[in-house]
Amino acid sequence: MLSFIVRRAAATLMVLLVASFIVYNLTAISGDPLLELRGSRDPDIQFRIDYLTDILDLDVPPPIRYFYWLGGAAGCLIGSCNLGISVSRGEIPVTEALSGAVASTVQLIALATVLSIIVGVAVGMTTALRQYSGYDYTVTFFAFIFYSLPIFWVAVLLKEFGAIQFNRFLAEPVIPTTTAILIALGLAALVTGIVGGGLQTRIRAFVSSLALSGLLILFLNITQWLKYPSIGTVGVVMLTLLAAGVVILLSIGFGMRRGVLIVTGMAAISGAMWLPGQYFFFYVPGALGIFGWIAVMTLIGVAVGLLFGGDGRKEIARAAGTTGFLAGIIMVIDEALQYWDQYIGLIPLQTGFISTIGAVTPSIKRQENMWLDLLDSYAHLILPTAALMIISVAGYTRYSRASLLEVMNQDYIRTARAKGLNERTVVVRHAMRNALLPIATIVPVDITGLIGGAVITEQVFAWNGMGSLFIRGLNAVDVNLVMGYVMVVGLMAVIGNVIADLLYSALDPRIRIS
Amino acid sequence: MAKKRETNETQINREITIEQRETEGLSLGTIVRRRFFRHKAAVVSLVVLGFVTLLAFTSVGTVIGGTGNLINDPNTNRLAIDGYRIHGWWPYNWYENYDVLNAGGQPTLDLANFTVGEHPFGQDTLGKDIFARVMRGIQQSLIVVLIVGVLSTVIGVTVGAIAGFFRGRIDSFLMRATDVVIILPLLVVGAVLSRNFGGDAVSLAILLGALAWTGLARLVRAEFLALREREFVDAARVAGASNFRIIFKHIMPNTIGVIVVNATLLMAAAILIETSLSFLGFGIVAPDISLGQIISEYNEAFKTRPWLFWYPGLFIVIIALTINFIGDGLRDAFDPRQRRLPRTEGAINDLKKLIRNRKAN
Repeated sequence: MLSFIVRRAAATLMVLLVASFIVYNLTAISGDPLLELRGSRDPDIQFRIDYLTDILDLDVPPPIRYFYWLGGAAGCLIGSCNLGISVSRGEIPVTEALSGAVASTVQLIALATVLSIIVGVAVGMTTALRQYSGYDYTVTFFAFIFYSLPIFWVAVLLKEFGAIQFNRFLAEPVIPTTTAILIALGLAALVTGIVGGGLQTRIRAFVSSLALSGLLILFLNITQWLKYPSIGTVGVVMLTLLAAGVVILLSIGFGMRRGVLIVTGMAAISGAMWLPGQYFFFYVPGALGIFGWIAVMTLIGVAVGLLFGGDGRKEIARAAGTTGFLAGIIMVIDEALQYWDQYIGLIPLQTGFISTIGAVTPSIKRQENMWLDLLDSYAHLILPTAALMIISVAGYTRYSRASLLEVMNQDYIRTARAKGLNERTVVVRHAMRNALLPIATIVPVDITGLIGGAVITEQVFAWNGMGSLFIRGLNAVDVNLVMGYVMVVGLMAVIGNVIADLLYSALDPRIRIS
Repeated sequence: MAKKRETNETQINREITIEQRETEGLSLGTIVRRRFFRHKAAVVSLVVLGFVTLLAFTSVGTVIGGTGNLINDPNTNRLAIDGYRIHGWWPYNWYENYDVLNAGGQPTLDLANFTVGEHPFGQDTLGKDIFARVMRGIQQSLIVVLIVGVLSTVIGVTVGAIAGFFRGRIDSFLMRATDVVIILPLLVVGAVLSRNFGGDAVSLAILLGALAWTGLARLVRAEFLALREREFVDAARVAGASNFRIIFKHIMPNTIGVIVVNATLLMAAAILIETSLSFLGFGIVAPDISLGQIISEYNEAFKTRPWLFWYPGLFIVIIALTINFIGDGLRDAFDPRQRRLPRTEGAINDLKKLIRNRKAN
């Protein structure tokens, strides 16, 4: 196992070295980094040119200069990185320029990846289960459209309609009656499509979801929730209940009474823990508070499951722990929303919640309040994440649909049905897990694609991440900066590939790695 | 004797499935064609793509040969383009400035009254006709798609076939070479390369084609690895066929489905990559135009002149969408594994049953 990882990593590192050699030379010959200086009439300019030529080794031909650079980069292995200096960024070391950029891009990509996987897989698998239904056709059609959208076009459209128009709406958030009816009808049709079944079931699903969504919109309108969002104790309990329902559906099933009782009981526990949570967030500041609280809730779930789980205690503890984890996240969101009014008040020029430019609002950064920072970074993340997600979700939807369809047609599924298992067990236990296998291998590839997509998204939303670093570096023939980008992206790809291999062999016992 | 064989055959015929009976005695081409034409979205897409191509090339005409640079025509003293110019039926071209007709260059296209007008897609600040520009952009983007498709298919199939067939050292060398190309995002390598060799449509297409073949190579290799162990390959070898002949005459036809489908999907990806690169300013740059380059050129004007932005984007989506649908239709045609028999349950069928029962009563 270990030797496999080492061999595999070594092989990809070799590949990365070759790739970086090629990119280094291509970038170096693509232009003259001193072009701007040569045109200058400043009498001291020759001095400056000589200085830069010396410090960047410009008198050495690029293929040899690469090895100078590689020597510095190899220092990273022993903890003293020297990736050269970046001329276009005021001669700061590349490592310094990279550190901030990597963080903001990783933030962007991580959120987009996680959300796209969840949404894409859920949508794709439900369409596969309802193959050839109206729902399936609609989703497939939209997946095709999203897949064909150029990301820069989407990003600019989102900036105009997603942000500016929606912010205007948020200022006075009353959903007009006709729009409300249309939204409710659309949601009801969606739910009916997913639920499927015969005519009676469908009518029942349609009517009940229509009523529910109508009530929800009415609630939003009356309380002006979109303007003053908050969750509160009641909201936490209800959302946890919802999360518990999803977790039960996907894990133990509604047949196991003890398990259902314990997992839904997590909702009551989260309600009871709301006040202690407030104290916890007050006394444990920073990221530690957030992660600590989520961990506490998860542990409570696991403990309750283990204590009262009876025969199925392992499964129940897992389900209850997951629910606790989700409840923890809900409570963190609840806490952040308590700072909503303060945050909205601090936005310069009162342009609205959804931000179109950059990654942080400087005036809010100065407040040194973690919750405000959290809200601020999410306000900035919404649009770029949405732009990245639209395309990524479409891919995952198509993959997971195809994957589940293939699995559902296999003999062992027929066997499972024939021995009398109910449909939920067949789908969740037998089909879904196997259908997820190929998706695990797609994720790293998709992340590489997302990094490419992030170049454009960052450009449109003026996000100071890796992408804009790369573009600026390339335009100024700043080889060191470009190489810094290439190394980080390449290393991400290497790590992603190794993880994919390991994941695949861990998930699928038929595959032996050696 | 003859009778006995007949009974054997009928017995076999009885055992084959409905799906097999459907395709019995037909060539692969016929089966695929029939299945493809049953895929409505794919057929519609084929028609739409054909229409768009025809529109783009006939409306503003095209230029063959030459450098493609703008020059001053000494005879008419007007701007002209270097190369042999074939004129189309559209009165305007993509490089000359005209008088701005509507205020700000508003589009004259009015769908409510069915009027097209002089400049249906509007004009920019200089008075350039956006319809002509978009049509020229479509031409260039389609050329890129075509070249990328052909080039990367040829490279990918060759690399994949050689690696999969010969295995061993050649295989591992070629696959490492594939990894070198694949490890960095296509957009990034494309940007670096096109700063050196890019600028116009053909050179960008060639360098994208030289980068985009990796996925296909891996797929073809996997197919070859499986197929080379089959009996018909042994039979061909015993009969004295050369490696070349085995690869191209015996194994390749069996991988044609994978190749065709993935080449199509690759072409859909190619237009998105081309337009993205041009949008960033690395792909096709002025004076040559493409759909992405138009959007990039007018990027700042979105708030005041949204039509400069709508139409090129719309056509990118149309082209990518139709190619994707065609690819999907081909996949269904070549590989019907994902098809299931039509459903017997569902609301509509329930409704039909309900009505039928009513009538019976």
